[in-house]
Amino acid sequence: MNYSDFFKMIPEASLIAILIVLFVADFATAKTEERKWFNPLASVLLLLNTFVCLYPMGTQNLFGGMYETTPAVDVMKAILSMGTFIVVVQSRVWAAKSGKEAEFYMLIVSTLLGMFTMMSAGNFLMFFLGLEMASVPLACTVAFDMYRKNSAEGAAKFILTATFSSGVMLYGISFLYGQFGTLYFADIATKMQATPLVIMGLVFFFSGLGFKISLVPFHFWTADTYQGAPTTVTGYLSVISKGAAAFTLLSILFHVFGDMMEYWHVLLMIVVVLSITIANLFAVRQNELKRFMAFSSISQAGYIMLAAIGNNWANSVAALSYYVLIYVVANMAVFTIISVVEQNNGGKTNIDDYNGFYQTNPRLSFLMTLAMFSLGGIPPFAGMFSKFFIFMSGVNGADINTTMGAWAYGVVFIALLNTVISLYYYLKIVKAMYIVRTDNPLPTFKSDCNTKFALAICMAGILLFGVCSFVYEWIAAAV
Amino acid sequence: MSWILTVFVIIPALMLFALWVAKNDNQVRGVMVAGSTALLIGAIWLTVYFVQQRNAGNHDAMLLTNSVMWFKPLNIAFSVGVDGISVVMILLSAIIVFTGTFASWQLEPMKKEYFLWFVLLSSGVFGFFISTDMFTMFMFYEVALIPMYLLIGVWGTGPKEYSAMKLTLMLMGGSALLVLGILGIYYFSGATTMDVMELARMHAMPKNIQNIFFPLVFIGFGVLGALFPFHTWSPDGHASAPTAVSMLHAGVLMKLGGYGCLRIAMFLMPDALEMWAPVFLVLTTISVVYGALSACVQTDLKYINAYSSVSHCGMVLFALVMTTQTAITGAILQMLSHGLMTALFFACIGMIYHRAGTRDVRYLGGLMKVIPFLAVSYVVAGLANLGLPGFSGFVAEMTIFVGSFENAGTFHRVATIIACTAIVITAVYILRVVGKILFQKIPNKKFYELHDATWDERFAIGCLIFCVAGLGLCPLFFENMIMDAVHPIFDHIFTYIPNLGNL
Repeated sequence: MNYSDFFKMIPEASLIAILIVLFVADFATAKTEERKWFNPLASVLLLLNTFVCLYPMGTQNLFGGMYETTPAVDVMKAILSMGTFIVVVQSRVWAAKSGKEAEFYMLIVSTLLGMFTMMSAGNFLMFFLGLEMASVPLACTVAFDMYRKNSAEGAAKFILTATFSSGVMLYGISFLYGQFGTLYFADIATKMQATPLVIMGLVFFFSGLGFKISLVPFHFWTADTYQGAPTTVTGYLSVISKGAAAFTLLSILFHVFGDMMEYWHVLLMIVVVLSITIANLFAVRQNELKRFMAFSSISQAGYIMLAAIGNNWANSVAALSYYVLIYVVANMAVFTIISVVEQNNGGKTNIDDYNGFYQTNPRLSFLMTLAMFSLGGIPPFAGMFSKFFIFMSGVNGADINTTMGAWAYGVVFIALLNTVISLYYYLKIVKAMYIVRTDNPLPTFKSDCNTKFALAICMAGILLFGVCSFVYEWIAAAV
Repeated sequence: MSWILTVFVIIPALMLFALWVAKNDNQVRGVMVAGSTALLIGAIWLTVYFVQQRNAGNHDAMLLTNSVMWFKPLNIAFSVGVDGISVVMILLSAIIVFTGTFASWQLEPMKKEYFLWFVLLSSGVFGFFISTDMFTMFMFYEVALIPMYLLIGVWGTGPKEYSAMKLTLMLMGGSALLVLGILGIYYFSGATTMDVMELARMHAMPKNIQNIFFPLVFIGFGVLGALFPFHTWSPDGHASAPTAVSMLHAGVLMKLGGYGCLRIAMFLMPDALEMWAPVFLVLTTISVVYGALSACVQTDLKYINAYSSVSHCGMVLFALVMTTQTAITGAILQMLSHGLMTALFFACIGMIYHRAGTRDVRYLGGLMKVIPFLAVSYVVAGLANLGLPGFSGFVAEMTIFVGSFENAGTFHRVATIIACTAIVITAVYILRVVGKILFQKIPNKKFYELHDATWDERFAIGCLIFCVAGLGLCPLFFENMIMDAVHPIFDHIFTYIPNLGNL
């Protein structure tokens, strides 16, 4: 074993360093009210980590193929690291109030470490290790408000489904091992053949990851967990963990099961159409904003996976990474606002509570509107660009004269029609804030500076990441 | 010189910024007047420049072209360029935005926010007309649509939430079809460019593929052009919208539909016309006649005008699918003419409603005695609408029906004759309403206290009447510009379907 390999896993090494720094800083100082520097410390470290991820590593194979790094993975790591940075920035008030600030940051960083490992894995065991490393601390953060009943309920649901899906996935992986006698991605890819055993393995593996991305029909835990989890954690769940799992799924489908494309394309098409449509129909009926965002995120997951329907790897991964980036800023903006409203108004998270919000808090409602427009895919905000590129990559290379090509166009068509439904429910929030008149809207309040800072970053992303084409071009050039 | 067209997007962007920092109503008004005047001057300059260039013998299909690569990996460029059609559309938009500013002079509450969305909408409109890249066009198209939701939802009247949602969702449904159409055109033309002119020159799509994507694009734009049966957003939306928004929507936004149908659907997929033209001919004929008939039975002034818009905008699409050069020229003229006169109409209706407190024909009467200026303007708008010679409507409808009759197919002739009846029906509903609300006895004592138009309203209406009459009295100036642009488009279509739309 070559020990110098450790120094080549720079993003992971840097996350471990952050963990150690946070740990030492936590137990070396007294946990008092004056410890105001802790959140800035964690934020700055994560911001540094984002830049570390941007450091060009090239394509490397470490530990005999257990760990692989490619430019595409680095880009995705940078995006997720930036997202985590936003999560940490906006979590200050809530985390400080919970009295377990340091623990929260450490748990978040360790889930991120797990996700990085999972994305860089070159072997199914390594992949599974990363996945579990991400899931277990995540369950702890879901249960972070431990005296709130539905936080505990959400965590229980989360951990049970996570375990169950891991089991299903392991079962699928064992099929693959039985067929090929190896767990290395590269070896499996060269030996790939579509025997019934492999197809079973693929389906089980796919279902396992489907739970993590919360695609329909593996989505049942999502609404309760998202509602129960602290709002900050919900934001983290909906963008970071989803993005990482989606990227890994795309990567494994293309690189390991590349020769079985026609099989998993069928699977994906069904799942994507179901996810988008069913989640949209459920979202329409929600009154609780966090549940609503849960269904919205299921449907967004469907859009994310639309990228995998195309058959050009570079195009698909660029579209997916870009979509996740835009989704991170737009969704974090929404969750930051939900969180700040919740904290200032005694936990109000119903859509009806937002009636007349514009009269009392014009700035926040304007930002919320922009975020909703971006999620709904309205130009000139970034969401429209990412949606358009996802659709573009979805039909890339599809020949409408063949059955699969026609289906690809059909799926994109259904997804497009669904954007209308999704616009309907995103506009419902806008309607509540701007149009519905009420006698007692939420009172005017001042946001803390961390919230303002997080929102400023998100808004810059929503306004600029689309129009400034270099963001997409940078991603497309890197992958 | 080549950057000059982007001014039409930059000015609204600057206006947005200025509105954002504006502190009080007067500053907001100042920004709006300055900005919309600048746009109007720009549009007039563009028209003069364009005519000069053409007279000087510059016969490029697009003038003032410029192209900057935007998303290089996806071949998306920010390409701009104008031909005669875009120039008149830009001029129309500038006039409507200018007059719309004055028509919403007294608007309350939240003037600043109102104008923010209003300017965002107009930036979308201008951007759409200057673009020659499919993606950019689509982007601006959507930019123009979404502010409508808030403009109607917040500042509208009547069942505004329902109307705003219906309008937004139907138009977004149309644009969903459009995305698929654009993707199809892009990929089946070799996935090398999104530039409309370049795609037309390559003409690389096989006919069966065109047959699949043509209806998507045509209906996608047709929804905005009030194509039957996708027109139902229009009456509700217009009836609930505030005055200036109705003006801008009926005056300019609905024109995006016709423009897109011609520029993307017909220009890029001419082969598909052979299969689809008859289908759309039937639908548009229904639009024309059904819109006019529906207007006859309405009692709300805005509904009457909205259905009249369905009929007139249907005429635009009707003339386009007739595919003769004269008819297409007529279609563009109709877009221009309808834009101006319907804006005038909505302005008058809005102002009458603002005073009388009702738009219901049954409760209005004798307005000529109390508010003569608005009443006369209403008569002018009505007469222009029913196509009285001397106003723009006559020129446009005449060209359309002459052009349509040039198409010698029996089917086309029959459709033309049926559509012609709309002229008569229009006269029925216009004259009836004019007689009822302007000349009969005053039904309500409150009406005696109505005051006539204020200076800002007079100014807005005066400008529009000037334009409507100007277009009616000397149509040749614009007709030449339009003909000049229609000619190459028609030639292109004619190359691929020589046996359609010819004598």
